[in-house]
Amino acid sequence: MTPTTVRRWAWIHKWSSLVCTIFMLLLCLTGLPLIFHPQIDAWLGNSVVAPDLPADAPRADADRVLATGHALYPHKVMQYMSRDPGEDRIWNLTMADSVTDPRYTSIAVDARTAKVIAVPKVDGTFISVMFRLHVDLFAGLPGTLFLGLMGLLLVIAIVSGVVLYAPFMRKLEFGTVRRRRTTRLKWLDLHNLLGIVTVVWALVVGATGMINTWADLVLKYWQHDQLAQMVAPYKGLPPPVALAPMQQVLDAAVKLEPGMDFGFVAWPGTPFSSPHHFGVFMRGREALTARLYKPVLVDATTGRVTDSRALPWYLTALQISQPLHFGDYGGLSMQILWALLDIATMIVLGSGVYLWLRRGIKATAAAAPGTHGAGAEAAAPQALLARDAA
Amino acid sequence: MKRPPSPPFWRLWGWPIALGLLTIAGLISALLGDRIWDHLSAVALGIPVMACLWFGLRR
Repeated sequence: MTPTTVRRWAWIHKWSSLVCTIFMLLLCLTGLPLIFHPQIDAWLGNSVVAPDLPADAPRADADRVLATGHALYPHKVMQYMSRDPGEDRIWNLTMADSVTDPRYTSIAVDARTAKVIAVPKVDGTFISVMFRLHVDLFAGLPGTLFLGLMGLLLVIAIVSGVVLYAPFMRKLEFGTVRRRRTTRLKWLDLHNLLGIVTVVWALVVGATGMINTWADLVLKYWQHDQLAQMVAPYKGLPPPVALAPMQQVLDAAVKLEPGMDFGFVAWPGTPFSSPHHFGVFMRGREALTARLYKPVLVDATTGRVTDSRALPWYLTALQISQPLHFGDYGGLSMQILWALLDIATMIVLGSGVYLWLRRGIKATAAAAPGTHGAGAEAAAPQALLARDAA
Repeated sequence: MKRPPSPPFWRLWGWPIALGLLTIAGLISALLGDRIWDHLSAVALGIPVMACLWFGLRR
């Protein structure tokens, strides 16, 4: 690589990282508790646990489960009911003042006895504050898209960092940390070491995080594209007067997809259905297929299946990218490794800022005469980063 | 002015590539299944983390 090429990449690396670093530090910091959110919810007493009953206890009729919700909140309407993967003993009901009201209430109902287990707090918990800071900075879709842009800068910073690894490390063995010279040199070596070792993880988590910021837009596109096609025959019909029994709706979906579990049911009028349909979203039972939903549209009046098709590639890609960002698919050991890699990334970010703040040190040395040519090779790339910043 | 020859590719990139491939294997294996796949993933992702600790903390 010629000095000019190195200088160009150094410029890209410096500015892409300087702009996004403060936000990336925030994302790493708020992401840390989110990695452990099931455990934190349990410690804070916010998690929902099904009472002990014999494993073969019969499941209650779904309409009794709904009646429990309506008895608790007579003036609210149903939006969704859902099950967590691998937990078929609990139905989570989502109710609100109208089908499109974003201020919803969540109710956990025992799927066997149809009794209320808990009304989990949705807003204001520690985890929900961390979540909002991580996802949209409390600024809605613009906040999310802004963080996605910062994610793009992070990806650029990582790629340019990899390119710069070569000129910096050409004279050094892998893993060298020169501790006995200046503090700046020690942190430069640590920055390069931790950066290159965690690079694939950081790239995957950064890129999947960025993809996730487009989730709302991708979903809207799907609604206009495939969902609209599926419900087209119902266009212009009056809204249903009475809804089919929920148990009949669920049974119809299971009959179509006997090898799948319920993910969630979307009520007519929500974004995941049409005014005339229940959207029953089924999911597989294996590690990977449990992440992939298959929508089954059920006529809201007759309780019969009207259409079902696999999700398009862009939603499949989105759903596979999510676990790769969350690190929630490999048990506790993966959560711990995710946290350690997250901390390593924070050290890379922090040391990067430090190296920039202390850029004057090497620049002085590089400016001295007689440092050109072969003898100064090892110091040259550091000077390049420092010099054009000075 | 002639610059010194570049170091052999593998001396510079050997470990970064090996650790990167381990990371990819670890990320994918836990997606494929549970139990043994999760353990494989923990080992594969654990090695880069150990490398950070080993090279970062040794005196």
